Amino acid sequence: MNVLKLDKLSKTYATGDTALNQVSFEVPAGQVLGLIGPSGAGKSTLIRCINRLVEPTAGSITLGGTDLAQLQGAALRRARRRIGMIFQEYALVERLTVMENVLSGRLGYVSLWRSFLRRYSPDDVSKAFSLLEQVGLSQHYNKRADALSGGQRQRVGIARALEQDPELLLVDEPTASLDPKTSRQIMRLIGDACRERHLPAIINIHDVMLAQQFTDRIIGLRAGEVVFDGPPSGLTDEVLTRIYGDEDWTRMRGEEAGADEPRTPAVDLAEGI
Amino acid sequence: MDQPSVHPVTWKRPPVLFTHTGWRRAIYAGALIYLVLAMQSIEVDWQRVYLGLDRGWKFVEGFLTPDFTTRWRDISEGLIESLTMTVTSTVAGILVSVPIGIGAARNLAPAPVYLFCRGIITLSRSFQEVIIAILLVAMFGFGPFAGFLTLAFASIGFLSKLLAEDIEACDRSQIEAIRATGASWWQVVNYAVQPQVMPRLVGLSLYRLDINFRESAVIGIVGAGGIGATLNTAIDRYEYDSAGAILIIIIAIVLVVEYSSSYIRRWVQ
Repeated sequence: MNVLKLDKLSKTYATGDTALNQVSFEVPAGQVLGLIGPSGAGKSTLIRCINRLVEPTAGSITLGGTDLAQLQGAALRRARRRIGMIFQEYALVERLTVMENVLSGRLGYVSLWRSFLRRYSPDDVSKAFSLLEQVGLSQHYNKRADALSGGQRQRVGIARALEQDPELLLVDEPTASLDPKTSRQIMRLIGDACRERHLPAIINIHDVMLAQQFTDRIIGLRAGEVVFDGPPSGLTDEVLTRIYGDEDWTRMRGEEAGADEPRTPAVDLAEGI
Repeated sequence: MDQPSVHPVTWKRPPVLFTHTGWRRAIYAGALIYLVLAMQSIEVDWQRVYLGLDRGWKFVEGFLTPDFTTRWRDISEGLIESLTMTVTSTVAGILVSVPIGIGAARNLAPAPVYLFCRGIITLSRSFQEVIIAILLVAMFGFGPFAGFLTLAFASIGFLSKLLAEDIEACDRSQIEAIRATGASWWQVVNYAVQPQVMPRLVGLSLYRLDINFRESAVIGIVGAGGIGATLNTAIDRYEYDSAGAILIIIIAIVLVVEYSSSYIRRWVQ
């Protein structure tokens, strides 16, 4: 059964730039979908259109029977709480504690007064503790978010998204500011969480190798249009050229496969920037 | 390389202002001539400078031999009035300026609310404290009530403007993340904005407390009560030793507020 269905989704910014052009696809329950494409291809716009952080210009977004593109006000907020989101630079509220950050995943469910006084229900609190244990941060719940390392912060970001009990996970470049090893751990954590909960996810990702390794299906976006949709094994050199343009893919792959260790510092440098 | 290098060997930083050389020289020369002429138009009466220095010396003498006791009743009453005025007007100013500051932040408020709040800020900032005090004293009569209103009104312009600017400079991704959880507008303010602006709001409030105390001394001179009124009376009576005592007390209080506020600011970071 398909949880999410995009139909001819388009976005044109006020500047006249077309970010998305008639994008249509469906995501079944439990599928981890990798969204790849060059910078500016519309990956970020696409996932932000789904939870309406960006307003789509045309098309429909159906999540479990409701068309998200038509919602306003309270109905939109009720729809947003069904969609968990994980961000590129973690987007934790830095001066709040880890626990407050995780509990903020319940904001769509609790009243203003209770959230203001931080009086969450026992269920919400115990769920937060159990998620922090799952992501390996059970000791850190009273630390301020800005006291954590990059990898730890992204784990809190994952816990916050899962605290929502989402029906869909949107993930925007989860590894862009992390080192290669932490990147793999984070991708594994997201993948495991999705499989456990039979939760579909759309992961925006730059790193083609990570996408191939940790997703069930790949969609390639170029200039706002879907140019590839298939299994990770289908990413041939010809397909990569269609998505990214001309580049010697075979040679890049040879380097990836060949010498893993000596390459690491260069990757660290590149990812650090 | 077969050929010798043909790149230029000198380089000068291009001028930032007035890129046309002739105009630049003309403007600078004109400004200099104006300044010289303007200086000459200020008539200096050396007789009055001499007398002024003499009177100034009396101030210094009064300052060196401050008299706290003779007028202590007046001084302590003025002081208590000033401190009351300062604290109440700062608290009232903060309470009013937080909602106005939020309303004047472009990233949180819709356009009509934004324009309305910006309007209040502009109105409050366009008048100097002394002018507001003169108006309010004329309206409500002499005494600390006019002073309280003056300082509260002036605080609103100051605090709301700087708070709104701090809210506009907030990290957008944190706001986006909280919105993405399905949070309502007030929850976004409480969870994503408040933690980001709180240290600055505390710092600004303490700074405003400091300003309000100093201003309370100034607006007292135009009749709005407080230590300024006492100071004015002392100078009118040529009691420079009492005036010296008042100035010393004002300086001491400003220093205490200054040091304690920088302490508290470090503590809330």
